[in-house]
Amino acid sequence: MYINRHAPCGTVYAVEGLEVVLIGAAFEQDVCMAFVGDGVFQLKQDQDTAETGMKNFSPAYRALGDYEVNRLYVERESLEERGLTEDDLMPLTWEDEDDDWAEKPSIHIVDRAQLSDLIEEQDILLNF
Amino acid sequence: MKFSVMVNEGPYTHQASDSAYQFIRAALSAGHEIFRVFFYHDGVNNGTRLTTPPQDDRNIVNRWSELASEHDLDLVVCVAAAQRRGIVDPDEAKRNSKDGDNIAPGFRISGLGQLIEAGIESDRLLVFGD
Repeated sequence: MYINRHAPCGTVYAVEGLEVVLIGAAFEQDVCMAFVGDGVFQLKQDQDTAETGMKNFSPAYRALGDYEVNRLYVERESLEERGLTEDDLMPLTWEDEDDDWAEKPSIHIVDRAQLSDLIEEQDILLNF
Repeated sequence: MKFSVMVNEGPYTHQASDSAYQFIRAALSAGHEIFRVFFYHDGVNNGTRLTTPPQDDRNIVNRWSELASEHDLDLVVCVAAAQRRGIVDPDEAKRNSKDGDNIAPGFRISGLGQLIEAGIESDRLLVFGD
C-alpha cells in the first residue's frame, strides 16, 4: 500500500510518490493506495497550477486504472476536515476485464477505523 | 532478519539520514542483513561526494561511503530523483552532457525498480523521512 499524506503542491512527495506507484505497477504486485490528511487534495478535481509555474501532474492519476492500480482508499475524516466531499474528487475508474470490461470506480471512501484495518493487512507500506 | 531501508530526506536538514545510518549500524551489529539502502526524494543528496561540512560536525556522506565499504552495502540513488537534483555518476554525466560527476564512493544510480525489488526481497522495508 502506498500511503499519500501530502498535498499535490508545496512539496515533491506527491509527484515522486506517484512515480513510484507507476513504476511499481510493472512488477505486478497486489497494490493499493491510501489518501489521508492533506493527501486527499491529490485527487481534487480541476486542479490548476498554471499561475504557480509548477507542472499539473493530476491527469496522471487517471492512468492508474490502466496499470491495474484500482483500489484508492480515501479517508472520510480527512475529506470532512478539509470541507471536501467525494464529489470534489476526480472520477477515477478502471475497466474490469473479468466483468466484460465494465467501468468501475477506483475511489473508495473509507473511515479511519476501516483504513486502520486495511493498513494492518498489508505486507509493505510506502509513505509519501 | 533481512532489512531494506529507504532514505527520503537530504543530509543535515533532517535527521532521517542520521536515523537510517544509526539503525543500519545497530541492525548489522545485531547480526541482521541489510539487503539495500534506497535514496529517494531529497535523500539522493546523501550521495554527493562534494559536501564539505565543518570539521567539528559529522560527515554524513563519508559516513555512508565508509559503512558501505565496511559491510559491502548496496547504496542505490534513484535516477529520476537524482537527475532533478544534480546527483550524477560518470555514465549519467556523459549521457546528459554534464561537465562533471559527483557520486560518492559506494553509491550507485539506478531505477525505482530497485526500491520495489527491495520491498519484495526483504522481510522489512523501513522508510526514514517526513
